[in-house]
Amino acid sequence: MAATEQTIKQVNSLGNSEYKYGFSTELDEIKAPKGLSEETVRFISAQKNEPDWMLEWRLNAFKVFNKLPKPNWAKLNIPDIDYQDYYYFSSPKSLKDKPKSLDEIDPEILKTYEKLGIPLKEQEILSGVAVDAVFDSVSVATTYKKQLNDLGIIFCSISEAIQEHPELVKKYIGSVIPVSDHSFAALNSAVFTDGSFVYIPEGVRCPVELSTYFRINAINTGQFERTLIIADKNSYVSYLEGCTAPMRDENQLHAANVELVALDNAEIKYSTVQNWYPGDSEGKGGIYNFVTKRGVCRGHSSKISWTQVETGSAITWKYPSCILQGDNSKGEFYSVAITNNKQQADTGTKMIHIGKNTSSKIISKGISAGKAQNTYRGLVSINSRASNSRNFTQCDSLLIGNECGAHTVPYIESSNADSTIEHEATTSKINEDQLFYCMQRGLNSEDAVGLIVNGFCKEVLQHLPMEFAVEAQKLVAISLEGSVG
Amino acid sequence: MLKIDNLHVSIEGKKIIKGLSLTINKGEVHALMGPNGSGKSTLSYVLSGKEGYEIDEGTIEYNGKNLLDLDVDERANSGLFLAFQYPMEIPGVQTSFFLKTAINSKRKFLGLPEVDALEFAKLIRSHAEDLGISSEMLKRDLNVNYSGGEKKKQEILQMSILKPDMAILDETDSGLDIDALRIVSEGVNKLRSEKNSFLVITHYQRLLNYIKPDFVHIIADGRIVKSGDFSLALELEEKGYEDLSKIAS
Repeated sequence: MAATEQTIKQVNSLGNSEYKYGFSTELDEIKAPKGLSEETVRFISAQKNEPDWMLEWRLNAFKVFNKLPKPNWAKLNIPDIDYQDYYYFSSPKSLKDKPKSLDEIDPEILKTYEKLGIPLKEQEILSGVAVDAVFDSVSVATTYKKQLNDLGIIFCSISEAIQEHPELVKKYIGSVIPVSDHSFAALNSAVFTDGSFVYIPEGVRCPVELSTYFRINAINTGQFERTLIIADKNSYVSYLEGCTAPMRDENQLHAANVELVALDNAEIKYSTVQNWYPGDSEGKGGIYNFVTKRGVCRGHSSKISWTQVETGSAITWKYPSCILQGDNSKGEFYSVAITNNKQQADTGTKMIHIGKNTSSKIISKGISAGKAQNTYRGLVSINSRASNSRNFTQCDSLLIGNECGAHTVPYIESSNADSTIEHEATTSKINEDQLFYCMQRGLNSEDAVGLIVNGFCKEVLQHLPMEFAVEAQKLVAISLEGSVG
Repeated sequence: MLKIDNLHVSIEGKKIIKGLSLTINKGEVHALMGPNGSGKSTLSYVLSGKEGYEIDEGTIEYNGKNLLDLDVDERANSGLFLAFQYPMEIPGVQTSFFLKTAINSKRKFLGLPEVDALEFAKLIRSHAEDLGISSEMLKRDLNVNYSGGEKKKQEILQMSILKPDMAILDETDSGLDIDALRIVSEGVNKLRSEKNSFLVITHYQRLLNYIKPDFVHIIADGRIVKSGDFSLALELEEKGYEDLSKIAS
């Protein structure tokens, strides 16, 4: 717990700006030419010394991207994105020759991580977290590697995996999210710069939480990570990503793709704490977070569980989904989405039941404050072959104030009469009497809101790994600061 | 400690309290009795700072400060405690976590460090045992699926650990069986000292058999119509509120 306490202290000490992570680091950077073109794609691939098959894959994705329209079905007001106005690759110069150990890392970068509360050093190792930190586009350091190696676990950056484990990458990349899925997926496939790669061999239970912190630092850089996690038969892994970004007036683009593959009897637990810069109270700046996350339970009796705490970003567009292909497989989605001021979120999940006896559970908690709009959008689809399948969905929305909105858009398709689908939804306003009660016990109004909202989210937060649950609770409270007069 | 002078309060234009004056000194226990709609609960909410009440006239002084200038949490952290008639349920918030948050809010206000985990556990255990609150119960969500009696005991537990200077008990006896009433009263009596004061709001004299007040006031139509000692409560029990005019005269 030492690391968690340290994190909280660090979060608290960053009280000098409204966005607690709104610092940026001065570093020399190597950037791709501004704008999006075949040349940019080739530049990125060349920077990473990628093999030809990877370059070809990217170039094909770029062609597909050019043909696809921007998805526009979400309840979001997305300004036109000028793809030519972004840099697609930026790498701190001092990382060009990859560091062999933490000591070789630019102290400025380490300082940034310290502010973020990611202790890369001993405490973290002691608390059992292996961190693969992505600074802008290049993976900075991977700790705990040897211990994982001994178990045959591969945990490295995707760039490294392309070099070292091409057979695995080739086999699985794009197998869950096809390049042509939609335009953001194609864009990511063309220009992804880094991300994490995890392979858990057959029969291995990963003994630590694997964790990656992403951070967008450079101005006008789109960050396109690509993460691929494969859990082989009878294996287990829990993976956590945390995201923060510095405060900038411009909007930054983030379009990640995350693919999970669970084989027979394997389990993947994927947790996200997303706290990208949300923009200021007037809606200026902030991250556009267009993320595609999808897992496939390819083997029988496999399980994929998504837990997300989404508090940041100006616009969030993400639907971590499960394709329940193997018989008896299970999918879960636990979500807290908080929007304040002028943030917009359209988030939810898709549970696609294909195998027999498959089950899924969706618990979504949306909290909207200020002038924010918060939508749950979900699809539960039960295929004709998926006999005896079950889904339970619960969507609760909490409104704080009179100017925000909460929307629930559940799509349910069942082609199988043996299956059961349950859906429960509630929308309520934060209870003034509860606030008064807490304040009569000495809590100030912000602490009272934080406490009540954390209680509202408990069913979801309790699915986070212990080490991060406390940090997430803190974030929930911080995100709602200023929401009650 | 608390000095209410010529207080007039209305809700949405309707006058509820009409010129109420009451002084409570350190170490005193005052009982406020009256029929439904006489303004008892309104007074407790005004004292604790709930929104929605218009103070049309009058002053309230608390420990030398103008109470009406203070926010709800400032009043609480300055030692003013309200035991609610209907304690709120807070789903998803463990009772012991809530207690710890409340203690630490007060400690922060007083410039003290957060309570030590061990010290906290000890403090809670001793008070909870006295009130017959099990450790299993402290793990449950605050007031969720508590019985009426359990909720009231929970209020007294909170009061015991926050050690207020001025505690207002708003119909704490309502819905309690005789055993619970005794336990709750013992909890109050334990806290009673020269340093702190109580305002006990009740319909019935029954509670006052357990918590012996120094003064009894009868409130009717937003005013204190008669004050006296414990014998006044007995007289009221005998004659009933309908006969208030006689008592008042």
